[in-house]
Amino acid sequence: MNDLVTNFPLAQLLWWLFAALAVGGALGTITRRNPVASLLFLVLTFFSLAAIYVLLGAHFIAAVQVIVYAGAILVLFLFVIMLLNLGHDYASDLRGGLWIVAAFGAAGLIGFAIWRAFRTTNAVLETGAGVHLDAQVDTLNAVGAIAQPLFQRFLVPFELTSILLLIAIIGAVLLAKRRV
Amino acid sequence: MSKAYLAVLIIMVVSVATAVIIVALSHFVSPFRPTPAKSAAYESGMTPLTDARERFSVKFYLVAILFIVFDIETIFLIPWGVQFRALGLFGFVEMLVFMGVLLVGFVYIWKKGALQWD
Repeated sequence: MNDLVTNFPLAQLLWWLFAALAVGGALGTITRRNPVASLLFLVLTFFSLAAIYVLLGAHFIAAVQVIVYAGAILVLFLFVIMLLNLGHDYASDLRGGLWIVAAFGAAGLIGFAIWRAFRTTNAVLETGAGVHLDAQVDTLNAVGAIAQPLFQRFLVPFELTSILLLIAIIGAVLLAKRRV
Repeated sequence: MSKAYLAVLIIMVVSVATAVIIVALSHFVSPFRPTPAKSAAYESGMTPLTDARERFSVKFYLVAILFIVFDIETIFLIPWGVQFRALGLFGFVEMLVFMGVLLVGFVYIWKKGALQWD
């Protein structure tokens, strides 16, 4: 973890605050009946995640989180809600007993993910990769630390991203346009 | 670096507090005496014809998703622009390939008339 978080009590306090806000926002997102209220809770979660990225020293990722997720992706969600014609009564989707199976399955998956995350975090801390990242941010600045590996080591995934975006364009046009 | 975020934190706290205070004040201080005319949606003095919650055209969705795609393209341009000198000709050609693929998509939506509001 970043030096800022371990050495500075206020930063630790902020981390807990934003972590609690992120979890609270996520819970609000899935428990609200009104989809627009869910969406606003999702905004809270995305902003809290951006703050956590800042505390981790990932400044560029934090900016991208706000611009792409809190800005663009949520606009898309809002349009989807507008397209759905939800009306006024929000009937529950949880019919039958199958949702209990789904809930336990999801809880198991999340538990497994958290367990794995803690294991890898300890492994990463032992290798000192966090300190290495801080040194990179110092020498290359916050954007360069992302740009150098992205455009050199991860060249092929980067170019494949353009194909992915092209598929998104063509798929959207095919679905939404009346006469293609 | 972390000191620079103090201003961001202050503006977040102040904006949230302002919104909460305004809503709370109008909720607790103002008298609440609704009439049918007061509760109606304000539509520039016209009587509202239908409910506001009706289905929107799917064309809005098309505009939104095209916006997101080119928004993400721009996001990739920022780190490339910052490290332009360090990446050199290799990075320039790399970005040309990336932009070229997306240019195909742009020509496609232009030719299909997806940007037209027909």
